[in-house]
Amino acid sequence: MVSEIAVISGKGGTGKTTICAALGVIADETVMADCDVDAPDLHILLSPSIREETEFVASKVALVDENICTDCGLCEESCRFGAITDSKVDPISCEGCGVCEYVCPEKAIQMVDRKSGYLYDSDTRIGRMAHAKLLPGEGNSGRLVTEVRKLGSKIAEDSGISTVLIDGSPGIGCPVIATVTGIQMGIIVTEPTMSGIHDMQRVLELLKRFRVKATVIVNKFDLNLDNTEAIERYCAENDAIVLGRIKFDPVMTKSMVAAQTLPEFAPDHEISQLLREIWKHVNEILSM
Amino acid sequence: MIITVASGKGGTGKTTVAVNLALSLGSTNLLDCDVEEPNAHTLLHPTKLKTTTVTVLTPSVSQDKCTLCGKCAEFCQFNAIFVGKTKTMIYEEMCHSCGGCKLVCPDDAITEVERPIGKIHQSNIEHTQLVYGELSIGEPIATTLIHAVKEHVQLEEINILDAPPGTACPVIETMKESDFLILVTEPTPFGLHDLSMAVDVVRELQIPFGVIINRAGIGDMQVDEFCKRSNIPILLEIPFDRQIAELYSRGIPFVQEMSEWRQKFKELYSHIMELIESGE
Repeated sequence: MVSEIAVISGKGGTGKTTICAALGVIADETVMADCDVDAPDLHILLSPSIREETEFVASKVALVDENICTDCGLCEESCRFGAITDSKVDPISCEGCGVCEYVCPEKAIQMVDRKSGYLYDSDTRIGRMAHAKLLPGEGNSGRLVTEVRKLGSKIAEDSGISTVLIDGSPGIGCPVIATVTGIQMGIIVTEPTMSGIHDMQRVLELLKRFRVKATVIVNKFDLNLDNTEAIERYCAENDAIVLGRIKFDPVMTKSMVAAQTLPEFAPDHEISQLLREIWKHVNEILSM
Repeated sequence: MIITVASGKGGTGKTTVAVNLALSLGSTNLLDCDVEEPNAHTLLHPTKLKTTTVTVLTPSVSQDKCTLCGKCAEFCQFNAIFVGKTKTMIYEEMCHSCGGCKLVCPDDAITEVERPIGKIHQSNIEHTQLVYGELSIGEPIATTLIHAVKEHVQLEEINILDAPPGTACPVIETMKESDFLILVTEPTPFGLHDLSMAVDVVRELQIPFGVIINRAGIGDMQVDEFCKRSNIPILLEIPFDRQIAELYSRGIPFVQEMSEWRQKFKELYSHIMELIESGE
């Protein structure tokens, strides 16, 4: 069976992608999956070459035939999303529900396929990678996340790899729910700030709700030791395993600027060593 | 006046900019539209909250009237309805509240009921009126709640909106109707990549915008070069400063301890007003 492990955070910018890519390099064999389809960054560190690109069509958008439309206004009145004004459809607001098509007495509205993004199956120097790109302003990020996960698991199954390592998105809404539903472990990367703690608590609650094993990494822990200790206490009280504390170090940004993962950029650095320990720990927890 | 603070990448300092700008300007409405992970209150520490519940309409099926014809499930584009052999089930969290199922039901078996999805909190902290939404955990759809937060916009006053990260629907919902957008980024390859995605969205929405570079000095010059190349004004640079980071970690807006920054945020606001007036 393939195990899916997702690196998430609640709060953005805590170091999800940097840590996820580093763990991917450390792992012997893993398929990478970038489920932050809204603002994907993993490809910057892993420079994938695309094997296959698939258009992602998951919803529809209303199209009004002006030649038939009598401007009766029924569609505008029935649309709950404010997407129709003076018989014109705003594709950004349209959710593709089809109510306007249903109520139009002239059959002037048709629901047509809407391309929301692309799904990629790629090769990288550390193995295969599933990723995607949502077109600007598109909805359906949850469905695209589900597609990325399906692809990642399929690649893993086909090539006999046991782990898919997922880079998640910030927040706790639709793309994150799609990311964590049914996975084996969530690794929450947090930072010792008031907002980092607040957001970690909410995402921990989400993992609990979806019965996903929760682990935590405190990044930039030396920024505020009191808060780091508060995080660790909170984790102990809430069945979340703390995998480690990573200190604030400019080497993290330097490796990113060099478009490399930390264990490649600075293999002997203490944070690279620590990440190896963390990955070992992750596997011990998974095999329990 | 609506100024929205956004960014493609998370954690670049949206909330820091929004809160410090609000505090520097005096009387403002600060609306935290990052309802999945609202953070402005972790810097402002409101004590007295006025809280209201936000609901959405969700279908409720009268099993007595339902003939299991399946028309509702067939119509629903969001896979929120499953018609089984004995019962019609609603997956409430999947529902987008379009009302289509009720329209198509030939047996009048569907009514719509209000279902809570989150809360809105309001509080006054000195001259700042803070409004923030809080999506209930497990709810996937943030846009309705964002819309409800934005109903607290008071057009004759200065409204500062703190947007969620990313470029998807919650971000668009927040950005719509704004007079100006501030995109906060950091000078790193991730910051640049996500900034360029955010710029694509903003150009689509045709709203004037500018960039703030936060943690200036930690990475490279590519964000500066990108802005110059694309004729995007750089409104402000906030240097990487351990003191700012530590104040943030303790939940303290840095203008409160580094008061020289109040003037810089006031100048930022004047600069934005000039850009809006000149129509750039």
